[in-house]
Amino acid sequence: MAEQTLRILVAKPGLDGHDRGAKIIARALRDAGMEVIYTGLHQTPEMIVNAAIQEDVDAIGMSIMSGAHMTLFPAVMDLLRGQKAEDIRVFGGGIIPDDDIPRLKGIGVAEIFTPGSSTQDIVQWIRSHIPDRA
Amino acid sequence: MAPRASQRKKVSRSVSSRTTRAAPKPLKKSPKKSPRRDPKTGATKSAGSKAKGKGALVKGKAKPTGLYDSAAVRLITRQVEKWAEEDLARMAQKAPLRKESFETDSGIPIPDLLTAADRKGEAATNLGLPGQFPFTRGVQPTMYRGRLWTMRQFAGFGSPADTNQRFKYLISQGMTGLSTAFDMPALMGYDADHSMSLGEVGKEGVAVSSLKDFEILFDGIPLDKVTTSMTINAPAIVALCMYIAVGEQQGIPMAKLGGTIQNDMLKEYIAQKEWIVPPRPAVRIVVDMIDYCTKNMPKWHAVSISGYHIREAGATGVQELAFTLADGIGYVEECVKRGMKVDDFAPRLSFFWDVHNDFFEEIAKFRAARRIWARTMKERFGARDPRSMQLRTHAQTAGVSLTAQQPYNNVVRTALQAMAAVLGGTQSLHTNSLDETYALPTEDSVTLALRTQQLIANESGVDRVVDPLAGSYYVEYLTDEVEKRALEYIRRIDEMGGIIRAVEEGYPQKEIAESAYRFQREVEEGDRVIVGVNAFKSKGGQPIELLKIDEKVTHEQVERLKAVKRSRDDEKVRAALARVESAARGTDNLMPPVLEAVKAYATLGEICDVFRKVWGQYRESGAF
Repeated sequence: MAEQTLRILVAKPGLDGHDRGAKIIARALRDAGMEVIYTGLHQTPEMIVNAAIQEDVDAIGMSIMSGAHMTLFPAVMDLLRGQKAEDIRVFGGGIIPDDDIPRLKGIGVAEIFTPGSSTQDIVQWIRSHIPDRA
Repeated sequence: MAPRASQRKKVSRSVSSRTTRAAPKPLKKSPKKSPRRDPKTGATKSAGSKAKGKGALVKGKAKPTGLYDSAAVRLITRQVEKWAEEDLARMAQKAPLRKESFETDSGIPIPDLLTAADRKGEAATNLGLPGQFPFTRGVQPTMYRGRLWTMRQFAGFGSPADTNQRFKYLISQGMTGLSTAFDMPALMGYDADHSMSLGEVGKEGVAVSSLKDFEILFDGIPLDKVTTSMTINAPAIVALCMYIAVGEQQGIPMAKLGGTIQNDMLKEYIAQKEWIVPPRPAVRIVVDMIDYCTKNMPKWHAVSISGYHIREAGATGVQELAFTLADGIGYVEECVKRGMKVDDFAPRLSFFWDVHNDFFEEIAKFRAARRIWARTMKERFGARDPRSMQLRTHAQTAGVSLTAQQPYNNVVRTALQAMAAVLGGTQSLHTNSLDETYALPTEDSVTLALRTQQLIANESGVDRVVDPLAGSYYVEYLTDEVEKRALEYIRRIDEMGGIIRAVEEGYPQKEIAESAYRFQREVEEGDRVIVGVNAFKSKGGQPIELLKIDEKVTHEQVERLKAVKRSRDDEKVRAALARVESAARGTDNLMPPVLEAVKAYATLGEICDVFRKVWGQYRESGAF
């Protein structure tokens, strides 16, 4: 294949257990031919960044429903910078009010998918925006 | 036209085969006399043919009786055949059906027509009367003619003082029961100052770390005048003990406290995923609490066996029913193993259903649930007290059905779902607010949600009649189908060695993930219409006001926690925690030492740390 297989870490940070969305995204990306690693629940930002580096992924997709996005996204971005791994792109989704999206993009989050986004939109977006780092 | 021919064939086949599939087996010989004229003859031949519950049916004094007159049924059968061949076929030629076939959200086929002929084997004993076994028609003889359901809006956000204020507001607006939502740190057994609590304090519920917080949460609310529901599971034992302690401070003994604690750990591993320790020790704590409450808190429900989260995670209605009842069976088995008598504890078991969009299937689910539970308790566990067989339930409209797009549509969705819960015979109800896809509800939106229930109760007229849909061919058909499919799941789980084993193997989890993925595909492929999302979209949103949680809540909570730790007797705390640990390692009931620890102001996190130390932290595999 001309195209290298993208590797994506689907991550579920924080304490909330609502993993329906994360699992659907993980499965849809896998069905679209990507390599997907799912962290499982209740991950700290440190655990997520370590997993991303260890697994050498191209991007991290974070799902947050708990309202803690303004704490957890910045924590992950800081850690990636600290590890000199800013080339791993971060996108996310969940219950994220419109007002918070520009602020998240301002700290380097590449895209936020709000409720109602289709898995196909996300697949398309990844294909056109996530460069293969390999 | 080809479709017409196949349609015709399908119609006649489905009409005739349905009777054998959905209703009890057809009679071998039609009774010569109608059951009305000779109930005894009709009885033995018609209804007794249904295998499940057979033993119970023939034991009673009254012989089971077919509900429909056989001559009338024969006439209707002929009419239906003619109707299908002529009217239906003619119509299909003029205007084909919108879909080749119709089915419920759980995939139950919906026939072209149902008539009395499809119910010809209907046994009176399958329905019973309201307040009578098997409680298909409701757990009370009078239902809402006697007392309306409890309107119980789940509330909890920010600091204990914020939530206390919301409680008092809702009571002033006519709410009749309290319901407490805790924040994520509390649900996972962490104090507000734990590193895992970062960013989550007070966000999805009220922040609570010690008895001090409970004192503020229920300040000025007389606990003998309200009933309180607390939605907390893994650290439920700590929350219940804190509630008991607040009651004592108000001079109210625990025996007088009324309410419910969710405390359903099995569904946590299946769906909600807020856990501390692995399933077996977690269930042991649940059983300790049921045991303790049975002996000391006669007005308290020690567990609310919950389908809500299972459904929200993606299960179908049938799966919700099946896995939840299987959880219930699991708890009953564990209590019996502990040596408890079924009729001592079972009357205090309660349930909690989701109410989703498929109006009639949801109503059928409530009715089927009561029938399965009644028979299970009587026949499988030998219950003799009718209260042990009554499935009493709380219900909540489906949060997962709400959409961020066109949020005002959510008011309508919620009203329809609430109506289904009421027609299904719920004992208590929470209606979701229009803004809950984004945040916890504002005061205005939660008021509208409460008003929705008050409208149903006071204006629609449904409060005046008991189980108004009984005898509806469709609702009875669905009740049977939902029951049959749920029982099939329960049988499979029994074969796996019971629900705890099934959960450890991830069986319900996998089934739910499959359904969730299928649902998403249907939405994306347009097979399932969601108004405002994949159809009838409108440009530009109507902005709605959202509740923001003040970030200073974290700071306040951490400061209060520090103050509690400074002022308490550390030696007393250490000793109390040691007693919790020793009970956890042994077989003594955990309630007394946890109550003692809570009163010494040991924190929720400290007590849960003891559990983590003794049993280890549970981790789920990241399978998807």
